[in-house]
Amino acid sequence: MVEITLIQAVTLALARAMEEDPRVLVLGEDVGADGGVFRATDGLLARFGAERVLDTPLAEAAIAGLSIGLAAQGFRPVAEIQFTGFIYPAIDQLVNHASRLRTRTRGRITCPMVLRSPSGGGVHAPEHHSESPEAMFAHIPGLRVVIPSSPRRAYGMLLAAIRDADPVVFLEPTRLYRASREDVADDGAGLPLDRCFVLREGTDTTLIAWGGMVREALAAADALAQEGVSAAVIDVATLKPLDAETIVASVGKTGRCVIAQEAPLTGGFAGEIAARLAERGLMTLLAPIERVAGYDTVMPLPRLEHLYLPNAARIAAAALRAMAYA
Amino acid sequence: MAHFDIGYRRCLAPDGRPLEALPDLAHDAETLIGLYRAMVRTRTFDAKAVALQRTGRLGTFASSLGQEAVPVGIASAMCAEDVLLPSYREHGAQLWRGVTPLELFLYWGGDERGSDFSGPRQDFPCCVPVGSHAPHAAGVALAFKLRRERRVAVAIFGDGATSKGDVAEALNIAGVWQLPAVFVVTNNQWAISVPRRRQSAAETLAQKAVAAGIPGEQVDGNDVIAVRQAAAAALERARTGGGASLIEAVTYRLADHTTADDASRYRDDAEVSRHWPEEPLIRLRAYLAKIGRWTKDDEERLLAATAAEIDAAASAYLATEPQPPESMFDYTFARLPTDLSGQRAQALAPVPATGPEPMTAR
Repeated sequence: MVEITLIQAVTLALARAMEEDPRVLVLGEDVGADGGVFRATDGLLARFGAERVLDTPLAEAAIAGLSIGLAAQGFRPVAEIQFTGFIYPAIDQLVNHASRLRTRTRGRITCPMVLRSPSGGGVHAPEHHSESPEAMFAHIPGLRVVIPSSPRRAYGMLLAAIRDADPVVFLEPTRLYRASREDVADDGAGLPLDRCFVLREGTDTTLIAWGGMVREALAAADALAQEGVSAAVIDVATLKPLDAETIVASVGKTGRCVIAQEAPLTGGFAGEIAARLAERGLMTLLAPIERVAGYDTVMPLPRLEHLYLPNAARIAAAALRAMAYA
Repeated sequence: MAHFDIGYRRCLAPDGRPLEALPDLAHDAETLIGLYRAMVRTRTFDAKAVALQRTGRLGTFASSLGQEAVPVGIASAMCAEDVLLPSYREHGAQLWRGVTPLELFLYWGGDERGSDFSGPRQDFPCCVPVGSHAPHAAGVALAFKLRRERRVAVAIFGDGATSKGDVAEALNIAGVWQLPAVFVVTNNQWAISVPRRRQSAAETLAQKAVAAGIPGEQVDGNDVIAVRQAAAAALERARTGGGASLIEAVTYRLADHTTADDASRYRDDAEVSRHWPEEPLIRLRAYLAKIGRWTKDDEERLLAATAAEIDAAASAYLATEPQPPESMFDYTFARLPTDLSGQRAQALAPVPATGPEPMTAR
């Protein structure tokens, strides 16, 4: 076992999947000789050759469309979209084809593909490199939407995504790529793609987060502990299909929650979680549901980015607001 | 400086007169009769579908009236193991490849089972978002190339689709990777209400191939012999490692865009009338009659047999019960996720008859 970063865990999972299944291909812009702009596919070309690691022309719709054709023919394509800011041309392919080929053909043609993309802010990237569009994908029936937030979860969830029989959008929090290291056993074990991970148990409040916000939620829980507040932390990890049970159960015990997302507030996935809690856990709530989110503004350029992105302090402050209710 | 020429292929004049020595395939009258039967079958299916729609028994339908030579000519040149990626006006190709009239009626009648083809299991279902299936053809062709299979992916789309980025991206990739694919533009002159001249300043649509570095040619899309010959050449090139091609089949949409359209809002009846003498069935029938291989009796027998087949399929479609409500859920994922099973149960639960009156719109 070695300590590796999240991006290295992605590479490890890709290599493992390619090793165990000859149907697995990697394609995208600069994934070959360059090893991907974040190095997610580093070394794969040398190891698996140009027929399994394909540098595509610069065409995002076609990257998704090629993957659909390959998947329909029995391959297991893992496509990289260089940044989520460039993923929008591919959305037509996801909405109109990848997510519904199984339904449209009553199971005759299926689409086992993974579309990976670095997502979220916090790394002072240029324009169009920092947004968090996960809620858009979660709104598409027939897609799984996965966002790992640790090296181990990145490894296990990416393997599960590649092995899954249906299309998966796999969003990798850019800011966590090299933020921490963790022991990751390259044992080929997948993690479930329909379950939240309870990272910390608590009795007073539940902090619910995914992607880059998970680390902030954990830091907020530490800060809250200093104030004598015991906070549970849940990494949603798979937004679609949502594991509402785990969330409702935790909030049922704590009676309070803060849902943190980097994305703009309105129409964000925190709203969906809040709605589930209102439907199924209203009577257990001791305080209003708190959402901590990005603003309904255009994502600012790096100089103001820290003012836009939710952080541990904002999450902790929201939790304390909720604690102020009886 | 780059130079290019776009060829134009035509074998029969509109009156059925051969314009030059016909290609080999035309020397086998049985082959030509097969093509003629397929075009008549397509037209009979179209007519029945329109009739069903007009009487409220089918959904919105896109007729291929007048352009039957394109799908039939293309599909007849394909091998069974090739893969067809059609747009929504290619029933002629689908029928040729073994999609049944019943399946087509089911699809257009609003039943997903119509795309669960019993025949060509790997063929794609219709693609409604224009041109968005072109990249799938590149992906299917890439699969063939990687597996070293001698198979070809064939995508068919309309003149409007050539304005889309998806098509440009697919042509480009098929070119640079030398993929075994054939892209067919059915240029029927109208993208709903927008005429060909307002779609592109390019003199031909076939020349879109030039930018992708692949061969492109125009063919008379009302001449099924020419279409088949062009398709056969492109398929052979793809099958033997020569890469992708683009064929622009020039035809004319004699029907409205769909049954929901009224073309008189944007084009003159006179224009449509001018194109009727060029339609593909007359042309091949005249040639077959000229060489003594088609009689009035043959025609009557064919029409009766085709009508009987299509009517029987329509009756079978009308007698097909809708799918059960759970079918909405059961093909969304390979395994129904827990989160969706709750919605499935909700959809299946009877709505209670008691309780407050439903709100009415004010």
